[in-house]
Parts: sequence; structure tokens; C-alpha cells
Amino acid sequence: MLRLPRFALERPRTVAEAVALLADPDREALLVAGGTDLLPNMKHGLFEPDVLVSLEDVDELRAVEVDADGWLSIGAMTTLADVAADERVVARAPALAQAVSLISGPQLRTMGTLGGNVMLDTRCQWYNQTYFWRKSLGFCLKKDGTVCHVVAGGRKCVAAASNDSAPALMSLSALVDVEGPEGRRTLPVDDLWLADGIWNKKLGKGEVLVRVRVPPQAAGHRGAYGKLRDRGSIDFPLLGVAARLDVGDDGAVADADLVAVALAARPVRVRGARERLVGARPGEASFREAVEAVADEAHRRLTPLENVPGDAEYRAAMVPVYVRRTLLAAAEGAGPVHHL
Amino acid sequence: MAARDNHGTGAPWDDAFRVVGQPLRKVDGLAKATGQALYADDVQLPGMLHAKILRSPHAHARIVSIDASAALALPGVHAVITGADLPIRYGVIPWTPDENALAVDKVRFVGDEVAAVAAVDEDTANAALDAIEVEYEPLHAFLDPREALATPEPQIHADIRGKPVRGNVSKHVELEFGDVEAALAGADLVLEGEYSFHGSTHAPIEPHCAVAQVSADGLLTLWSSTQITHYVHRALAQVLELAPERIRVIQPCLGGAFGGKSDPFALEFCVALLAQRTGRPVKMLWTREEVFYAHRGRHPMQMQYRCGAKSNGRITGVDARILIDGGSYSSFGLVTTYYSGQLLTGPYDFPSYRFDSTRVFTNKPPCGPKRGHGSVQPRFAFEVQFDEVAERLGIDPIEIRRVNFQGDDTQTVNGQRITSNGFLRCLDLVEEASGWKQRRGQLPYGRGLGVAGSMYISGTNYPVYPNDMPQAGIQLKLDRSGVVTVFTGGNDIGQGSNTVVRSIVAEELGVAYDHVRVVAADTDLCPVDLGAYSSRITFMVGNATIDACRKLRHQIVTALAEAWEVDPRRIRLMEGRAFDVEDPDRTVPTREAFQVAEARFDTLGSTGSYNTPQLGGDYRGGTIGASPAYSFTAHVVEVDVDVETGIVRVPAAWCAHDCGRALNPTLVAGQIEGSTYMGLAEALLEEHGVNRFGLHRGPSLLDYRMPTSLDVGDIHAMIVESVDPEGPYGAKEAGEGPLHGSIPALANAIHDAIGVRLRHLPFTPGTVLRALRDQGGKGEGAAVGSTAAATSKREAR
Ligand SMILES: Cc1cc2nc3c(=O)[nH]c(=O)nc-3n(C[C@H](O)[C@H](O)[C@H](O)COP(=O)(O)OP(=O)(O)OC[C@H]3O[C@@H](n4cnc5c(N)ncnc54)[C@H](O)[C@@H]3O)c2cc1C
Ligand code: SF4
Repeated sequence: MLRLPRFALERPRTVAEAVALLADPDREALLVAGGTDLLPNMKHGLFEPDVLVSLEDVDELRAVEVDADGWLSIGAMTTLADVAADERVVARAPALAQAVSLISGPQLRTMGTLGGNVMLDTRCQWYNQTYFWRKSLGFCLKKDGTVCHVVAGGRKCVAAASNDSAPALMSLSALVDVEGPEGRRTLPVDDLWLADGIWNKKLGKGEVLVRVRVPPQAAGHRGAYGKLRDRGSIDFPLLGVAARLDVGDDGAVADADLVAVALAARPVRVRGARERLVGARPGEASFREAVEAVADEAHRRLTPLENVPGDAEYRAAMVPVYVRRTLLAAAEGAGPVHHL
Repeated sequence: MAARDNHGTGAPWDDAFRVVGQPLRKVDGLAKATGQALYADDVQLPGMLHAKILRSPHAHARIVSIDASAALALPGVHAVITGADLPIRYGVIPWTPDENALAVDKVRFVGDEVAAVAAVDEDTANAALDAIEVEYEPLHAFLDPREALATPEPQIHADIRGKPVRGNVSKHVELEFGDVEAALAGADLVLEGEYSFHGSTHAPIEPHCAVAQVSADGLLTLWSSTQITHYVHRALAQVLELAPERIRVIQPCLGGAFGGKSDPFALEFCVALLAQRTGRPVKMLWTREEVFYAHRGRHPMQMQYRCGAKSNGRITGVDARILIDGGSYSSFGLVTTYYSGQLLTGPYDFPSYRFDSTRVFTNKPPCGPKRGHGSVQPRFAFEVQFDEVAERLGIDPIEIRRVNFQGDDTQTVNGQRITSNGFLRCLDLVEEASGWKQRRGQLPYGRGLGVAGSMYISGTNYPVYPNDMPQAGIQLKLDRSGVVTVFTGGNDIGQGSNTVVRSIVAEELGVAYDHVRVVAADTDLCPVDLGAYSSRITFMVGNATIDACRKLRHQIVTALAEAWEVDPRRIRLMEGRAFDVEDPDRTVPTREAFQVAEARFDTLGSTGSYNTPQLGGDYRGGTIGASPAYSFTAHVVEVDVDVETGIVRVPAAWCAHDCGRALNPTLVAGQIEGSTYMGLAEALLEEHGVNRFGLHRGPSLLDYRMPTSLDVGDIHAMIVESVDPEGPYGAKEAGEGPLHGSIPALANAIHDAIGVRLRHLPFTPGTVLRALRDQGGKGEGAAVGSTAAATSKREAR
């Protein structure tokens, strides 16, 4: 077995205590939730913290609630299995429930958390490897090295955002509450990201993601998630697509959104999707045409890189297919779109 | 001479089997399920040190210098060894010893072993590895077998056993049986095509692990997760220059092998030497990554086939040219090269046949034997081409396989003796169960059915190192307690060989199944057996077991007959009792019968053994692949192809396998299911290879995509019992044969579904889509592949 490096473990009981521990100038500290991303990465020598600050005992991070105004709030420490099975999530944020239900496999979903998924490190076939392997390669920009193996001569890491929940949360216009040394703040999930594969979040490493909040959706809200991967379980996305369609009383799309992941360093919104879909009526030819137009648009705009394993040309060919299928599934109140 | 006598194929007592044929639980089933089973890594000894291996970061390089002084100086480090400490080369095939436990002078792939450290714990050992300074001078690395073939310099191996290697060629075999060119000239249809098989690996759930201990009087004991204890024993003696009498090798419970634990491995020599040097027990457990480097998996092959047939479907001749990518060492490669040709000559009659196989060295993890060793790749190519022959001639693909059936009790074109042959029955069963007649051709676009046939060996009479001793030996001990203990050198690697041995003993001696204890794979305690490879154990150890049982049975029956004053022919030993068949009230538990026998003959025990008869063609290599009995298999695979995503799903597969007789049908069904799964897995998802830097593409179970339970459809296992005249009760192999046909049947089903002939594995969604795009899909006429050319003389006329 690969060995975990040595580290100290802290188990604060409140978010404030956790923030204080992270701020310790003498020790490099990292948060750990379920550990399903961080611990394998530590075994690969990708992170070398002195201390892990476990959020395990911070009860305030666990609740799933719907408030009086209809906001759905999910504590960062809610496990993926609980998120996927929660009826309130399924009803109010179907794309999120679907996306989370397809993350990794059953065992990992009972350990992994939503907060950890939002904060997932970006992934790359040249990076998510053992220390021996990376050293034999000569390392890369993201960790310990100076060159990129995906983009020859590239000066910026393009490791892929690979968290399935991210595009779903963006399509739902969700917010995140975070707490840091300066106190609490709220920001849209949309604004969480940086186009930098080395660290693709605007959150500092001293901040704790407290909860995710999903605003009340329109009455005719429909959402779906499509995920391309090799196997029916375990694998990270080779492409992930979250769709939202708000269908008005008149049966026409009143609002729509489409966000994809596993392409570049940050999740990517398909521009123009909304404009093309609004006004179209699911079930009618106009909708089908709009969907095709969005699929074509996505095909043009979204170009998978050879960051994640596998065949990038194939992933590119799958962009329009998964966009179309996910939009159609959303319209029908179906999904997730997955090859099984 | 070892007993080769034939014990008949019937039940030992009267007509019916009591134990054989029952779906009995595995000897170690409960222990494994409850966590009680002890694996190599469970061995914990007082004062035990932990060892780790330093590996090469270069695909091909000369070692200029190694400085381990800083590592040795670290507190907690007990010893560091390098190639200079283990200079003797070894190899599982005695003709090609080209491996050193630790690299001497040069490294040949990323992951090749360079130095080993023993320390108080794994972390200290790892820290010591970091402190070892190695200076390398990189050499050109060959990643492409064609380049390696065409480029003699730099050589990956300059000489093996003192003989110079020709360029980078590891082995070349060219054999022709009959006049192939004339046969093709006389054919009505000749198809020619190129096929390729990528690499795949075994990925057993248990990583390799070895523990060594040297006793105060200098005896070395090695616990190792090996599937061939005997060869490890021999290799240790050779490399450590120790008398075999001073070595004991034990295989604890094993977590899967599939061929990947057949070679002697660096860790076994390293822990042994480190234990000698430090005077402490030493353990080494490989990481998953290291298991991928150890590899010895399926050889990538590039294959050209020509097949001629008459218009009635009868094959006239087959011609094959095969380039085999061996990776960095020989391993079993000599045998692989022969197997790539020798094992294709059934279940169909080839009037003429030629193959020309070349294995080359490349700077990649070494290839070796994986389930279906050497013959899965050619079988894929041939069965796909054969399907195309059927299509061209307008013959049903199952029918053409019937038409060419070679029959039983016959000889193949390359001189192999075929005894029992249940292939036709296998075809009937899969045809029937899959609804072939009603459904094939009636399924919608995207859905299809494909068929393939195959054969495999039940061990061979080539014992790896030449000797006149038995290939399988067994020893029995029984006493007044009623317990029968069996000592077998056979390696149970999860396939259930200990369970088979137990069943045979219970059947022969009439004792309750759980009164039989099996002690296996311990070189101090058990007679020699050549181990778990070539699907030999059931056949060979099974026969040896019957042999030993009959000797003891004779004593028990004699003693009882004397005591009861009846004719010995009236005595029966069944279901835990001994009785007089003509006076069934006269009965005692077998325990008491044993006591009577022990009193009459003194302490009871017997040995049994098995050796193959003289087999094989009278030419160089004619014994390689010559088996005392061949198993036969037919597969039908159903596919559902999403033509928009290229994703191929297999909702169902049917496999009928002729195993002679199913000594335990649950075990046979398990082997059929596991084999079919494994074949489909490597065809659709798994890929073992290196990237452009020569690094493994992803040495982890995340990146090496083994199908999960969600990815596998229904596998219907069907057993055919042809009752082989020489197998134990008629049994033949079941562990490897049922893999072969799954892959070509899948390819043929894809063709049926979407009209595209896939000739290059693996069938990833991207490949399927590209092939669809290139070939235009169903309806446009099949077999217009860019790499296949067909000449039909009928059409030309
Ligand atoms: C085999 C395998 C397959 C996987 N497949 C998928 C997949 O298909 N899709 C997918 O999206 N993921 C996948 N994952 C990744 C991972 O399991 C999930 O993303 C999971 O949700 C991570 O949550 P966690 O609680 O385990 O995070 P951890 O590993 O504990 O943490 C991940 C990161 O988030 C930070 N973090 C955690 N909680 C907080 C918080 N509250 N505030 C601020 N930072 C925080 C940590 O410091 C760390 O950097 C897979 C992992 C494995 C091992
Ligand atoms: S994209 Fe991949 S190879 Fe390039 S710097 Fe980022 S992690 Fe490294």
C-alpha cells in the first residue's frame, strides 16, 4: 500500500475553532472532510500539510434544511450519499441530486462530502499519479515541476475541474457561505472559480466552506445531469453537463442554463444556451431545434484537453451528444444521463 | 516411472458419484468470507523488518553508479542491496535467464528494480530509497515493437545464457504443416486481414508479497504469494547459491493470480537475501503501482492472417504472421511465441497451417502469461476472420464452425492428439440458449449476436525444465481419527484446486467431505507439483490423487474383507461408512474401517503421481502446447451498441464449455463466468500500456478500468461433459479456455449489430465511433475495412 505521510490531526468542534487552526502561521494546515480526495492526493505527495484539521466533529456543518423562504441549505459536511437521497434535494435541485448520485462509487459517497466535492482539487493524468511516477516524468507545473505536458510550452496549468456537483450548483444559481479569519461571507458558486488549474478557487486555504444554498426554483423548474465516463461507477467525469430548464405556465422555456465540467480548470457555462432555449416549447419541434443549436454551439465552444485520461477527440465528439441528451432529459423530468 | 495408468472415468464405487459433481463449498470459502484466511501479508514475525525496492525512472539506461551510503547511514535501516549482491541471472524458462533480481549494469523499463532496503518499518525503508543516489546514462528506449524489430541497436539484451541475442528479437518461431500456399491457391475464397491485440494485465486483488526468515541453523523459509512454489524454490537455490535442501517455500492463501504470479519475482530474492544479511525476518509487500510494473500480462500482438476456404465453408489453409511485443524480459516468452501458433489448430480441422511468430523486446513492463496464455490474441484474430469467411460465403457463422469441426479422437495438423471433444455440443447449447436461430438478423440496428469457438490445453507435457520425474505428486495420510490429510504441491490460487483434491479423496475413500484436510503448496511438506499454470492442476493433480487413493483404498478394503471374512469386492466405502454391499446391515463408520486397516497394515499412507504420456509432433517445439486433453468452448455474445456514443454494452453472454466432467459444477461455472468477464473486460475497458514517455499510462485501479459489477451483463455458464478418457473421472480444464471466445464473439456481435468489423482491440467508444464513421455502418456492405483485403475467386471468375 502507498503510505500516508506523517501529519498531526486536529478535531475542532466549531467552525471558528477550525478557522483558528488554519490560521496557525507555524504549521501548514489543510481541512479534511471525508478525505476521499485529500488522502489519496497526500499518498501521491501532492499535498504535504503538517496538520489536518478534520471537520468530522463540527456538527453545524451537517444539516440539510429548507427555510421559510424556500432556500435549500446543505451543510458542507453532508455526505454525498445523504445529499443524493434527500427528498428535498431531489425535489428542489434535481440536477444536483443526479450529479451527486454519480460521484465515484457507493463506498466513497458514504465518506465523501458535498463541501469536499465543491473544493475538489483539479485533476490531470500527469498529476494524479504517485511521487515515483511524477518524478520519473520530471514533474509538471502544478506540483514540483516547471513544464506542462498537456499544452506544450504552456505556462498555465489546465488541469480539469472534475467535481460533478459544481456545474449542477452553478446551473441552480447556488450560493456558498464561507467563514474565514475575516468572518463570514457569501458568494455565488459562479464566482468561486479561477481559470487556474493549480488552485482553481477564489477561496483561500484559510477559509471554511460552511454550506451551500440553493435558491427556490421556479415552479416549472427542471434539471438534469449528464455524465460521460468509462465505467458505470467509480470514474471521475470525462465530461459532465448540468442543465436547467424553467418552463413557464405557457409551456415555453422561461429560463435555462447549461454548465459543463471536466474540460478546463474551471466549470464552463455554455454561453448562448439560455438565449436559444428561452421561448422554445418542450415536446415541440422548436425545442428540439433549439436543443440542436445549443448542442452545436457547445460543440464549437467546448474543447476538451488531454488533461484527464482518455481520448480527448472522443470527449469532444461527446459534447453535443451529452448536451442534447441532458437537455432532453431535463425537459422530460428524467435523468441522469449516463450510459447505464 | 510415474504412474500414467488410467483409472477409468467412472465413479469409484458402483455407478453413481457421491461427491464429484456436487456443488460443494470451497475448502477455504468460509475462511475467506470471514477474514480468517491468512495471506502472505498476514505473516508477522518477531523482529520482522520491512523492505522496499528502488525502481528505475528511465525506460532504458545504463547504470553508471549507485551510492547507498547515505541510505545505510539512516537510523533504522538495516541493509541495502543492489544488483552486485545478486549477480546470477534467472528466468522461469531455463533457456532464457535474462533477469536479475536487481538491475546489473542497466535498467530496461520504468519500474525496473535497482536496489532494495530493509528497515524497521516501511516509512524508514521509503526514506532510505530516497537517499540512494543512482547515476544513469539514458539509452534510446523502444516503445514500439516494430521499431525494436527493425533496429538492432541499442540492444535491450546483448546476450542470454552466453548466446548473443539477434538485435532485439526475443524469440522467432516459424512452422508450416502441409502446403499452405497450395491450399490457399486451391481455395474458393481467401481473406487477408490485419488484427491487433493491445496489452492487458491480471490485476489480482492481492498485491505480491513475500516474507523470508532464516533460522538459526541457516534454513531459509519463504512465504510468497506465488502460483508456482516449485519454480520459486528452484530459482532461489540458483540465485542465492543455496542448496535446495536449505530452502522451504510456502504459498499461503492467495488473493488471485491469473498468471501474474507465475514467474519468480525480485521481491522473493530480495527478502531472502535481506533476511540472510540482517538475521531478521523480512517482508516486502508491493504497492498496486508495483504490481502494474511486475506485469507479466497479455502480450500485445500485431497479427496478419490469411484464411482460405472452399465455397462449402471448409477451411483449406491458414497462414499467420505475428509480431509479439514482449516488453523488457523473456519471462515465459519462448512458450508464448510457440503458443501464439500452436494452439489454434482446433476445434476446426486445418488441412494446412503456417505461422511465423516473432517476439521482440521493448522497454516496457515485461509481458508473460495471462489467463489463456499466448492463444487469446490469435484466437481473436482468427475467429473474427473466420466470421468474415462465413459472411462472404453466405453461411451461418455457427454452421461454418460445425462444418469445420475436427471431431474427437483425432490429430491436429500440427500433430496434437485430440481425445474427447465436446465442441459441437457447446455450439448447440449457445445457439439454443441465445435464441440464435430466432433472433439473429431480427434484432434492430445496434443490437447483435456473435459467436466464436476455441480450445485450450489441460496442462502440457512440456515441464518447463526437462526431467523424467512426475509432473504432479500427492501424498495421503490417514489414521484412526478418521481424518484423511492430503499433501499436495498444487497451488490453489482461488481457482479451487484444493477443493477438487478434497472432493476426489472424499469420493474415493468414502469419507465425509469435511474429514479431508488439504495441506498444499509447502515445499517441506508436500510432494512436488509444477504449480498453477497452463490449466494443469485438475487434470494432473486430480489423476495423481486418484492414484494415491486407489492404493489406500485397496488396503482398507482388504483389511475389512479379511475382518468380515467376505470377498473384498463386496466392500463399499461411501458417505462416511464402510459396508458390505450384499449385507448392508453390516456397516461401520469409515473411521472404524481405517482402524481395522491401520491394525492390519500399520501406519497408513500412500503417494500418487501423474505424468503425461508421450505427446506432440516430432519436430522442434512439437511438445510445446501438446496436452493430454483439450477443453473446448463456444461463446455467443449479445451487444447493444449506442451508435451515437460508440459505447458497447453486453447485456448477455452465453458460454458453453467442455470441461470433460465437472468435478464441482459451481467451481466450473465460476471459472466460465470469471473467464468470460475477463475477456470482455480487456476487450472493452482495460488497457495496459505506456505513454509517450515510456511511463505506465496509469498504474492504479482508478486508471486501469476494470469493469465493476454495473458494467457486466448476464453471463450464462453452461457445462458440457465429454468425459475425457484420460482425465480424472473424465475431467479437463475449465480455468482458461472459457476466456478465448468471448473477445471475438464480441467483435462478431458488433459487426452483426452495426455492420462494422473491428479488428483492433480494445473496442473503446472512440474506436467504435471512428470505425462507424470510416466504414459507413450497416447496409454499406461489410468487411470493407481499410486493413483487410479480400479476394474472392468465385466473384473474379
Ligand atoms: C476512486 C475515486 C473516484 C472518485 N470519483 C469522483 C467523481 O466521479 N466525481 C467527483 O466529483 N469526485 C470524485 N471523487 C473525489 C471525491 O471522492 C469527492 O469529490 C468527494 O466529494 C470529496 O469529498 P471529501 O469530503 O472526501 O473531501 P476531502 O478529501 O476531505 O477534501 C477535498 C478537498 O476539499 C477541502 N475541503 C473539504 N471540506 C472543506 C470545507 N468544508 N471547506 C473548505 N475546504 C474543504 C479539503 O481541504 C481538500 O482540499 C473520487 C475519488 C476517488 C478516490
Ligand atoms: S495541466 Fe496537467 S500537466 Fe499541465 S501543469 Fe496542469 S497538472 Fe501539470
